[in-house]
Amino acid sequence: MTEEIIIAGFGGQGVLSMGKILAYSGVMQNKEVSWMPSYGPEMRGGTANVTVIISDERISSPILNSYDTAIILNQQSMDKFEKTVKPGGLLIYDPNGLTRFPERKDINIYSIEAADEAGKRGLSKIFNMIVLGGFLKLKPLVAPEFLHKGLEKSLPARHHALIPENEKAVALGKELLKAVHLVN
Amino acid sequence: MGELKLMKGNEAVAEAAIRAGCDGYFGYPITPQSEVMEYLMAEKPFERTGMVVLQAESEVAAINMLYGGAGTGKMVMTSSSSPGVSLMQEGISYLAGAELPAVIVNIVRGGPGLGTIQPSQADYFQAVKGGGHGDYKMLVLAPASVQEMCDHVKLAFDKAFEYRTPVMILSDGAIGQMMEKVVLFDQIPRRTDEELIKQCPWASNGRPKTRNHNIITSLDLDPAGQERVNLKLQAKYQMMEKNEVLYEEIQCEDADYLLVAFGLSARICQKALDLARAKGIKVGLFRPITLFPFPAIEVSNVGNRVKGILVVEMNAGQMIEDVKLSVGCKVKIEHYGRFGGIIPSPDEVVKALTQKIIGG
Amino acid sequence: MEEQFAKTEIHKPENIVYKKSDLMVDRPLSYCPGCGHGTAHRMLMEVIEEMDISDKTIGVSPVGCSVLAYDFLNIDMLGAAHGRAPALATAIKRMWPNHFVFTYQGDGDLAAIGTAETIHACNRGENITIIFINNGIYGMTGGQMAPTTLPGMRSSTSPYGRDVPTMGHPLKITELIAQLPGVYYVTRQAVHTPNNVRKTKKAIRKAFELQKENKGLCFIEIVSNCNSGWKMTPVQSNKWMEENMFPFYVLGDIKVDGKLIEMTK
Repeated sequence: MTEEIIIAGFGGQGVLSMGKILAYSGVMQNKEVSWMPSYGPEMRGGTANVTVIISDERISSPILNSYDTAIILNQQSMDKFEKTVKPGGLLIYDPNGLTRFPERKDINIYSIEAADEAGKRGLSKIFNMIVLGGFLKLKPLVAPEFLHKGLEKSLPARHHALIPENEKAVALGKELLKAVHLVN
Repeated sequence: MGELKLMKGNEAVAEAAIRAGCDGYFGYPITPQSEVMEYLMAEKPFERTGMVVLQAESEVAAINMLYGGAGTGKMVMTSSSSPGVSLMQEGISYLAGAELPAVIVNIVRGGPGLGTIQPSQADYFQAVKGGGHGDYKMLVLAPASVQEMCDHVKLAFDKAFEYRTPVMILSDGAIGQMMEKVVLFDQIPRRTDEELIKQCPWASNGRPKTRNHNIITSLDLDPAGQERVNLKLQAKYQMMEKNEVLYEEIQCEDADYLLVAFGLSARICQKALDLARAKGIKVGLFRPITLFPFPAIEVSNVGNRVKGILVVEMNAGQMIEDVKLSVGCKVKIEHYGRFGGIIPSPDEVVKALTQKIIGG
Repeated sequence: MEEQFAKTEIHKPENIVYKKSDLMVDRPLSYCPGCGHGTAHRMLMEVIEEMDISDKTIGVSPVGCSVLAYDFLNIDMLGAAHGRAPALATAIKRMWPNHFVFTYQGDGDLAAIGTAETIHACNRGENITIIFINNGIYGMTGGQMAPTTLPGMRSSTSPYGRDVPTMGHPLKITELIAQLPGVYYVTRQAVHTPNNVRKTKKAIRKAFELQKENKGLCFIEIVSNCNSGWKMTPVQSNKWMEENMFPFYVLGDIKVDGKLIEMTK
């Protein structure tokens, strides 16, 4: 099993930390993982993206140009990464702020209104965990107990009190996920 | 098994230094390696093990602090990125000349000049051929994963003291910034003063009345004396060539074509290898782990069994010179490179292999 | 036979009124006759011997005339790259905090190429002693202009005299670093007369005592002659130094107990 994922959005949406929590959960489940961020000028206020690979085997390239899954959280990322999903692959997007929706017919597409729902419930800070929940519903790569451990390892000790809230956000994401287009 | 963590390459270097029993780190901030010192300052190794961490006023000062510490027998390390490592070249030459053990980590970024902050492998020549003045070499390790970033720090210290030589870990901004699973080795206690003096009887750390003074210098104004120094260094480099070569072969046994790459490029080539094999092209990968000493015999053995070789580097063609010198001219050898912070994709590598080697 | 007898008579321990420090290696110095380096070396070694700290002292020599200082001083030493001695000393002291660490540097080394290392080691308040020999010229490379060369003073790269508008002012680095809070004791001395030699030795002793107390950086400038570089006899050069160097580089304490001394001039 190897899952190659790109997570892309604006800086500040928690893209990198979502990837880190996913990767750390993978480590706790004794998988091979890599987490490769885009960094540099792009990092400062612009778009942010991270490639996460979770595998049972040694990971070759941490840098890819096609992915099993793309998690897309803004328009620039949609324009850049929709085309990079492998045929038959998965695209999850948050429609908030998008003006052009995914058009491909050869991939499975889901939407998740995470930003909207997080705003309503005052959960903006853990918006990314709602999205992660949606992804994990479709690709249960890490079991809940390892996600818990991943959160413990990723979050500084002073934020450990917030772990249950993070886990609730993951559960919420599973409910919010909606199929938009399915290949089969 | 040691402690399991998800870490950036830069953080793994820092943690490994503490665990290896390093006595002092001296550095100056530069992207994309600033996490090394940031991690150390946050981690307070001066409380954990007594290790000193100091932010110097420049890379020039940092490398000379290394020289000072190393000259007293201490286990010292610095890290920087390309422009900073250029500034350190004088000091590295002095370390080599005075035969001092030290570890220098170069998280390479694109150049020349201020260049870019994105990853590159364009400092191969500088690292491998002796970037400073005079006839010297360093043992150069090229990690390709965060795990190796960690393990190579320990290895680098071991070899630095075994050979009394500076050792460079030549990595790049991508490996420095990316996170992977890493199994950390257990804490090795820092040497006591007594252990240090026993290990380094040559070091200048205070002359007991029972011996004559120790002098750390790279100066010998007498040409005959300086030639002796050079011959000693060359003999040491030959010993390294004989005993310290490290490399990895992946699916070379049945390969028709060979990719040769180090560090991050080797990771990309491994994916390219999978893609090519899926298309029915039998490709192998040869990855030098030590860049000096270069695995000349080993790459030649594999290289002379295949129909063609593509050397993939994030530079304009540097290691390819060593591959050509090693393999000779019976086999077609071409280069594929991207520069200035661009990382080649696995697809590009397959395409280059098809166009330059298989089709050409 | 008679001569031998006389020598033995004189060599009786009770007749010895002065003897070279045992920490001076028994070999001829490489310095020009008349140069102040030998005396400065000797004062330094006498202090270390009297304090009985030779087993806990690490010295750093520069690039310049005193590049080979380690050949003459029988203590553990490191030869630094040009200007970098304070960087070496910083690391050494940080990792051997109970040892005594000093640098011995000339004006080109300390005040030109090594300015950054000098200022930052001083500013960090490293607990080291810097001995700064200022003779206003690059002696080793053959008499070129130094950062401390006086206005109008001739050198091989200012053959018509230092022209301030084009070559800049001489740098009073000692006054400059005395301003820094990390620096505890700053003094300017000379070694051309017995009286000055005594004062210099006292200053070096004071600096090492303060180092023992971790008071911060101690900085001793020794204004010296360079009869070869100045193209004078030793006697002429000492006179020239008194008449020209001392009015500009005024002898005496500049900072004591962490406090700047009020300047009268």
